[in-house]
Amino acid sequence: MPPLDILAAALINGVLTGGVYALVALGLTLIYGVLHIVNFAHGSLLMLAMFGAWMLVSWVGLDPYAALVPLTAIMFVLGWALYAGVIGRISRGEDRAILLATLGIAIVLDNFALVVFTGDTRTIETPYSFEMIELGPLLLSVPRVVSFAVALVLAALLWAFMARTDTGRAIRAVAKEPDGARLVGIRPGRIFALSYGIGVACLGAAACLLLPSFYVSPQVGNVFVLVSFTIVVLGGMGSFPGAVLGGLIIGVTESLGGLFLGESLGPIGISLVFIAVLLLRPTGLFGAAR
Amino acid sequence: MKRLLPLLILLAALAPLALPSQFLVNLAMLTAFSALLGQGWNISGGFGGLTSFGHAAFFGIGAYTAAILQTRYGLNPWLGLPAGAILGAAVGAAIGIAAFRAGLRGSYFALVTLAFSEVFRIIANSAEITRGGLGILIPLRPGLTNFQFADRRASYAVTLALLAAATSVALWLRRSRFGARLIAVRENEDAASALGVDLVGTKVRALALSGAITATAGVLYAQTFLYVDPSIAFGIERSVEMLLVAMIGGAGTVWGPVLGAIVLHIIEDTSRALIDTPGFAPMLYGVVLLAIVAFLPGGIAGLRMHRAGNAKRGANA
Amino acid sequence: MTAKSPLLNRRTILAAGVATLAMPAVLRADPAPVKLGLIHPVTGALAFSGSQCRLGGQMAIADVNAAGGIKSMGGAKLEALLGDAQLRPELAASLVDQMAEAGASGFTGCFSSSLGLAATQAAAKYNLPFSIDSGVADNLTTRGLTNTFRLFPSASPIVADAVTELDEVNKNAGSPVKSAVLVHENSEFGTNTATALKDKLPGIGIKVLELMPHATPTRDFTNIALRIKEQKPELVIISNYVNEYMLLIRTLVQQRVPLVAMFSVLGGGFGLKFAKEQPGISDYVMDFNQWYNPRKPASLAFRERVESAGGTFTWEILFGYYAVGLLADGFEHAGTSDKAKVIPALAASTYYPEMLPYGPTSFIGGQNKGGHAVGLQIQKGDIKTIWPSQFADAKPVFPRPKV
Repeated sequence: MPPLDILAAALINGVLTGGVYALVALGLTLIYGVLHIVNFAHGSLLMLAMFGAWMLVSWVGLDPYAALVPLTAIMFVLGWALYAGVIGRISRGEDRAILLATLGIAIVLDNFALVVFTGDTRTIETPYSFEMIELGPLLLSVPRVVSFAVALVLAALLWAFMARTDTGRAIRAVAKEPDGARLVGIRPGRIFALSYGIGVACLGAAACLLLPSFYVSPQVGNVFVLVSFTIVVLGGMGSFPGAVLGGLIIGVTESLGGLFLGESLGPIGISLVFIAVLLLRPTGLFGAAR
Repeated sequence: MKRLLPLLILLAALAPLALPSQFLVNLAMLTAFSALLGQGWNISGGFGGLTSFGHAAFFGIGAYTAAILQTRYGLNPWLGLPAGAILGAAVGAAIGIAAFRAGLRGSYFALVTLAFSEVFRIIANSAEITRGGLGILIPLRPGLTNFQFADRRASYAVTLALLAAATSVALWLRRSRFGARLIAVRENEDAASALGVDLVGTKVRALALSGAITATAGVLYAQTFLYVDPSIAFGIERSVEMLLVAMIGGAGTVWGPVLGAIVLHIIEDTSRALIDTPGFAPMLYGVVLLAIVAFLPGGIAGLRMHRAGNAKRGANA
Repeated sequence: MTAKSPLLNRRTILAAGVATLAMPAVLRADPAPVKLGLIHPVTGALAFSGSQCRLGGQMAIADVNAAGGIKSMGGAKLEALLGDAQLRPELAASLVDQMAEAGASGFTGCFSSSLGLAATQAAAKYNLPFSIDSGVADNLTTRGLTNTFRLFPSASPIVADAVTELDEVNKNAGSPVKSAVLVHENSEFGTNTATALKDKLPGIGIKVLELMPHATPTRDFTNIALRIKEQKPELVIISNYVNEYMLLIRTLVQQRVPLVAMFSVLGGGFGLKFAKEQPGISDYVMDFNQWYNPRKPASLAFRERVESAGGTFTWEILFGYYAVGLLADGFEHAGTSDKAKVIPALAASTYYPEMLPYGPTSFIGGQNKGGHAVGLQIQKGDIKTIWPSQFADAKPVFPRPKV
């Protein structure tokens, strides 16, 4: 049994890491919830967003947090265009084809990044990269705390958007009953593109928050993609509070798993929790019954 | 024409054996190998509609079974085939029972299979019997009795035989009562259930069958490349390869995985042969993939059936 | 900083070697070129390292050709056949087949040991020479393939040398290091390195407190840092790949783990990029790795050639370069590209890689026993060689200064 202070530190660290995961999962859960497909391109789009953030920081000279606003907008347009121009068009709304389309897009994007940026790993160093908040014996990294806070705010904003705006209600209607929505004058194709755009826009925010404490390379999306699928299903697809809670559960599971089983066997905890939740409560923690 | 078809297929399949080039025979072998993987996936993923993202679980079980039995216990490598198939079936049944009893469907089932393959990968990375991340190197001892072939033609012949067996299973599925039940479950669970089909039992059997076939592909891999490590065995790339081959070719059709493997290999190998700059060739591959999805909604086999005016058996989700 | 196309970089680097030496035109018909297969992972997770190896190989081919080709073969030029093995051993083997039939007389590759195992084995079927450019797994040259040669040291001697260096540096400083924690990635490379270290460290009076394996990728190292803090070692020894290397060291600094030194053996992330991009954390990190001999002007000129074209100099380029150099030397001595003569010529090779800190080459079972890795340390944003003294261009800073 590790000492109590280490245990506490691991818990808090897991919560902070979970915030980062939630950030990546927020966009995915929206896409998953509306389109009902596994977006295989999610990791690649995160990677692209991180390169975008990296370019804004090292070429334009923006602070990564200031880059958040333009990058989120850029990613929205990209996501919207990707759905309207590619995914929607070639899949005709068919599930199997959407799956293959996102897979194809992932292959294209990963290798596009390789051609443009080479396979090299890049990092940035900001004045606050090594700022730590002292909490008793604990040291918390400032970029981590910031990204955790923003993840919460973003989840709240998305939730409010879905609950309070007409567009949000339209998205929810399409997610539940695309055919019914069509009858009341909503065009599902537009809603799908819009949701995909918003989902991808979330990655823009995630990228800017991740960059100060992480790295970017054409492969970086794969580092987060499995974890975010897990979180989305765990939290219930389409649920923003679920994504946050799922992120925290996974973050803590991973941290404690690493502490008790070592960082080699530790990651097994994520998969086991995931399997257990699915087998016991297949709709996820916050999911509605299907 | 229809009668001549089996003969033509047989001739086309045997033709690579006459090729003078080891490289081309090897490409034929890798293509047949992909087709075998796709066929394994197709049994449950195509005919049963049980889309899986984690078939590498079965592949890896087969590969490690073969490697461990001979390096650790000194058994003849040929025994790996039945042993791998049995274990693959057992794992398939176990995952199936757990998942289908819980009522998992669609992307939930797909993701739970992915989670299982991850569990296997992580265990293989830490367990002693798999030598953890060190992987298992099978000593190089070419010879028929050793299931190692210096000549690529022999490798091709064995791969082809396994592919023929897997394709026969697919043919049998299309004609047997079990296959009919499986397809009924895929098309409409409620209706199938009303007709008295045992939903869980049917799906579990399909996954076990699929697991057995996929595991034999794993055994074959270990015997051909003589090195297995956790990411080679259980990596998600392998699962994606199987899914792609089957879906692009035409999931739920007998010849879909074969056509898918041939077309995808031609695209991949030619784009690689034409372009040396890193990244461009796979990018082109991705674009062609998107084009196939756009223009052939039922997969390649769907096109053929459409032409033959036989659309009713065509594509399915 | 400006965006430079990698294509442009490559062309400039390759041209640099050619431009320096303009050869008089040979009047008689050119002899047939000697084809070399360069097999690397240039897409996928190892794309960067693989591309660097390939680039080094291409530079060597350009240099050999600019200097008049293989002279004993009438000035025959070398010609590269390029292959992308991604991360798939089956593809590496298939590329060997393809290139063998396209007339390759030899191969270099494959950065990753698992690709190397498949490729050397495939090349053995044709008995074509295979010169390993990186991939340190011992078993690449211990499984009895007579066609496989490695100019560079394998993992075991590297670990043995690293321990010798550590002992010397530590004793010279009054033995401030008494205990160590080993952090390693959990696949073949990290596990082998760490277990070998664990066996040897007690012999130099350093107690191994714990081995901490981790997966690749690992997203967060805070737990590991905290556990190291609790164990209170004076030294952390790291063996892992590039991204985790950087994240781990960053977290150790963030968590203010008090250490006499951070040391790595074949540290994947230890490089000039790390030294320059992250000066705050990389200073005084020590590594035991492949590197050039800084006392040779040619080494620095080589590095300059890569850097002035906008490339990143890493040891992989140098090793890709000399892997081809070894084969070219074999052709030169055999006077032919006939494998039956080239393989014995390689086995008897006394090739001297000028820029490397090596003694005379002597191959035993395909493994050069004269190759050595060296002790390195990041000092003021640059990589300095600190051990052994005959190749050093700086003194070790040990213990690391307190910040």
